[in-house]
Amino acid sequence: MTHNHIQETDEKTFLGLWLYIMSDCLLFATLFVTYAVLHQGTAGGATSKELFRLPFVLIETMLLLTSSFTSGLAMLKQNITRKSHLLGWFFVTFVLGASFVGMELHEFADLVREGHSWRESAFLSGFFTLVGTHGLHVTIGLIWMAVFMFQTWKMGMTPMVMRKLTCLRLFWHFLDVVWIFIFTFVYLMGVLT
Amino acid sequence: MFGKLTLDAFRHDMIEMGANIGMGLGLLFVMALLTYHKRWKWLWKEWITSVDPKKIGIMYFSIVILMVVKGVIDAVMMRAQLMFAVGEAGGYLGAAHYQQIFTAHGVTMIFFVGMGSIFAIMNLLVPLQIGARDVAFPFLNATSFWLFLAGGLLMVVSLTIGNYSAAGWVGYPPLSGLKYSPDVGVDYWIWSVQIAGIGSLLSAINFLVTIIKMRCPGMTFKNMPMLIWAIFGSLILIIFAFPILTASLAMLTLDRLMDMHFFTAELGGSPMMYINLIWAWGHPEVYILVLPAFGVFSEVVSAYSKKALFGYTSMVWSIVTITFLSFIVWLHHFFTMGAGGTVNAFFGIMTMLIAVPTGVKIFNWIFTMYRGRVDFKTPMIWFLGFVLIFTTGGMTGMLLSIAPADFQLHNGLFLVAHFHSMVIGGVLFGVFAAFAYWFPKFTGFTLNEKYGRYACYCWIGGFLIAFMPLYALGLMGATRRLNYYDASTGWQPLFIVAGIGAALISLGILFQVIQVIKSIKDHNFQEKGVRDPWDGRTLEWSTTSPPPVYNFAVLPEVKGKDPFWEEKHSTEPKKQPKYEPFLLPHNTSIGFFIGVLSFLIGFALTWDILWLAIASTVGIIIFMIVRLSNQETEYEMSVSEIQQIENTP
Repeated sequence: MTHNHIQETDEKTFLGLWLYIMSDCLLFATLFVTYAVLHQGTAGGATSKELFRLPFVLIETMLLLTSSFTSGLAMLKQNITRKSHLLGWFFVTFVLGASFVGMELHEFADLVREGHSWRESAFLSGFFTLVGTHGLHVTIGLIWMAVFMFQTWKMGMTPMVMRKLTCLRLFWHFLDVVWIFIFTFVYLMGVLT
Repeated sequence: MFGKLTLDAFRHDMIEMGANIGMGLGLLFVMALLTYHKRWKWLWKEWITSVDPKKIGIMYFSIVILMVVKGVIDAVMMRAQLMFAVGEAGGYLGAAHYQQIFTAHGVTMIFFVGMGSIFAIMNLLVPLQIGARDVAFPFLNATSFWLFLAGGLLMVVSLTIGNYSAAGWVGYPPLSGLKYSPDVGVDYWIWSVQIAGIGSLLSAINFLVTIIKMRCPGMTFKNMPMLIWAIFGSLILIIFAFPILTASLAMLTLDRLMDMHFFTAELGGSPMMYINLIWAWGHPEVYILVLPAFGVFSEVVSAYSKKALFGYTSMVWSIVTITFLSFIVWLHHFFTMGAGGTVNAFFGIMTMLIAVPTGVKIFNWIFTMYRGRVDFKTPMIWFLGFVLIFTTGGMTGMLLSIAPADFQLHNGLFLVAHFHSMVIGGVLFGVFAAFAYWFPKFTGFTLNEKYGRYACYCWIGGFLIAFMPLYALGLMGATRRLNYYDASTGWQPLFIVAGIGAALISLGILFQVIQVIKSIKDHNFQEKGVRDPWDGRTLEWSTTSPPPVYNFAVLPEVKGKDPFWEEKHSTEPKKQPKYEPFLLPHNTSIGFFIGVLSFLIGFALTWDILWLAIASTVGIIIFMIVRLSNQETEYEMSVSEIQQIENTP
C-alpha cells in the first residue's frame, strides 16, 4: 500500500464519517423537535420540573465531557507513538463512558420505579426516546471502542487502526455535543419553565 | 417460541392464495433452472458476494423489474375493482383487502421501484461518468443493496405470512397506531420501509463521497455531466431527509411496541406531528426520485440531438434551487390541517416557486433539440411523452398549491391523477429512457427499436386514457382510496375508461418484455460488443461495452463538459496508454449476511419473536467486527493482467 493510497482512503473515510454525523444530527434534530412539541403533553401527569434532578445530571455531564477530553489526550502526538499510553487513555475514556451509561440507566430505573415510565404521557415518551437514543449511541460507541482497543493491542498502530480510532474519536466528540444540547434544552430549560 | 406467529397467519382468501401459488411456482422454476444449469456457485461467486457497482446496479434493476410487475398488478386490480364496484355490485375485492392493495401499491412503487431504479442508475453510471474505477466504499455499497432487498422481501413475505398494512403508504396515525391497527400489517410496513431506508441513507453517503472525492483529473464541478449534478442534488436530499423518516418510523414503532404516546390520540400525543414529520421527508423524497430522471433526460436529449446541453449553468442552478425549495413545501400535503392563512400562503407560494426552476429545465431541453439533428430513438420518444405528461401534471400541481382550491381537491382523485403524472411521466419514463439508452453499455448490444416504440406509444396513450378521467372524477368529487361508489354518482363510464387505460399500459409492459426477449434472441453473441452506438458524449462510452471490472485501464483526463465527444473530434494524435497497477476490492459475503439478518430482525419484531431479534442483532454486530478486523480487503491488479484484459478482442 502506497502512502498516496492510505491518504486517499483516509480522506474518503473522514468525509464519509462527517456526512454520517450530519445525517445523525438530523435524526437527533427530529427527536428534539418532537420533544419540544410534546413537552407540554403531560396529560395531567408529572412535568419536567417535578422529575429532573439537576445535580445528578450535572455529574453525568461531567463524566461525558471528561471522557471526550481523555479521548483527545489519547490521540495527542506524544501518545500516538506509544501503544500503552494510547490504550491507557482510551481505557480511561471507556470507563468514564460506561459510568455515564450506568448513571443514565440508574436515572431511568428510578423514574420507572416511581411510576413515571414512558407509558405515562407523550412528554415522557419523548424524554425517554431522546435521552435513550443518545445513550444507545454512547453504548454503540463503547462497543466499537472495545473492539478497536483490542485491534490496537493486536495489530499495533497501523494506518488502518489509526484511521478507525480517529473516526471513533470524532464520533465520540459528536455525542458530547449532542449531550450538551440535551443538558441545556431538556434538563436545564425543563427545570426553569 | 414463535411469538404471535401461528398457523392462522397462513390462512388466506382465494386471490391471495393465487398470488402465493404464483410466487411459489416462480421461485421453484428459478431454482430448478439454476440447479439444471449448475449455476448456484456462479450466482454466489459472481453476484451475491460481488462488490462491483456495475453488478450491484444490475441486481438493483432486476429487483426493480420484479417490483414493477407486482406494483402494476396491484394497480390493475384496483382499476378492475372500480370498473364494476358500483350500486348493488360490491366488486370482487373486500374493503380490507382493497386497503392492503393500495398501501402495497404505493410502497412498492415509491420505495422499491422508484428508489431501486435511482440506485441502479447511480451504481451503473456514477463511477463510469466521473471516470472512476469504483465507489468510495464498495463493501458498504453491497450492504446497502442487501438492506434494500431485505426491506422489499419483508413486504412480499406479508402476502404469504400474515397480512400487509391497510393504513396507506405513509401510514398516518392514529389509524396506524396499535389501537386501530392491532394486527401485524403496520409492523411489516414499518420494518420494510425502515430497513430499505437505512440502506438508502448509507448508499447516499457512499455516492456523495464518491462524487466529491473520486472524479478523474480535470473533471471539476463545472465539467461534471448533468446526470452527476442531478444525482448530487438527489444525494444531498437523501442525507437530509432520510434521517427524518428513520426517526419518525422509530417513534411509531415505539408507540406500537412499547406503548409510548408520540402519535396516539390520547395522553398528550399528537398525530399531526407525525404527519408533519413524514412529509418533511416525503416531499424531498419526490425530488430524490425525479432529479436523477431529469439528469437522464439531459444526457439523452443532448446525445440524440448531437449538441451540447443548452444552458449548462442554468441547469445546475435549477437543480440547486429545487434541492433547496423541496425542503420548505411539505405543508402543502395537508393544507387542511388548519395552520391558518399565513402559513398556508407561505407554503403555497413556495410550492409555486418550484415551477420556475422546473420550467427552466424543460425549456433548456427543448432548446437543446432546437436546430439539432435529432434522432428520434426510443429514449427520445420517452422524453417527448415525459414533456407532455409531466408538464400537464405540473400545471395541475399549481392548481393544488392554491390552498382554497386544495381544500376541495384534497385527498381526491384529482390529486391521484396529479402525482401519477409526476411519478409515471417524470420518474418512470426517465428510468425507461435510461434503460433503452444505457442497455448497450452493459450488455454490448442495442435493444429492438420497433417493440420499444410500441411500448412507448402504449404507455403514453394508456397513461392519458387511464389518468385524464381521474382528473375529471376528482373534480366531480370522487375521493381517493374508495373501493365502491353509488350508481347515482354517474362515475362508472369514466372509471371504465380509466380501466381501459390501465389495460393499455399493461400491453405496453408486455411489449417491453417482448422487446428484451427479441433483442437477446436477435443478438449474435460471437460479435464484439458495440462500443458507442449513439455517438455518445460522456466518459462511459469511452470504455468497452460491457466495461471491464476496473472500468478504465488508465484513468481518463478531461478538459471539457463532453470529454468523449471532444476526444473523438480532436485532431491531436492518440497517446499510447501507459498501464500502472492499481487496487481493487475483494468480494465479500458479509453484506449479504447483514441483509439476511436485518430481514430476520424485521420479521422477528413484526411477530414479537424476541429471541430471534436479539440473536440477529448480535449476529450483525459479530459480522461487522469480523469485517472491521479484516486487513486484506483489496487486491492488486498487475500490469500484465491489465494488458491481458485490454488486448483480448
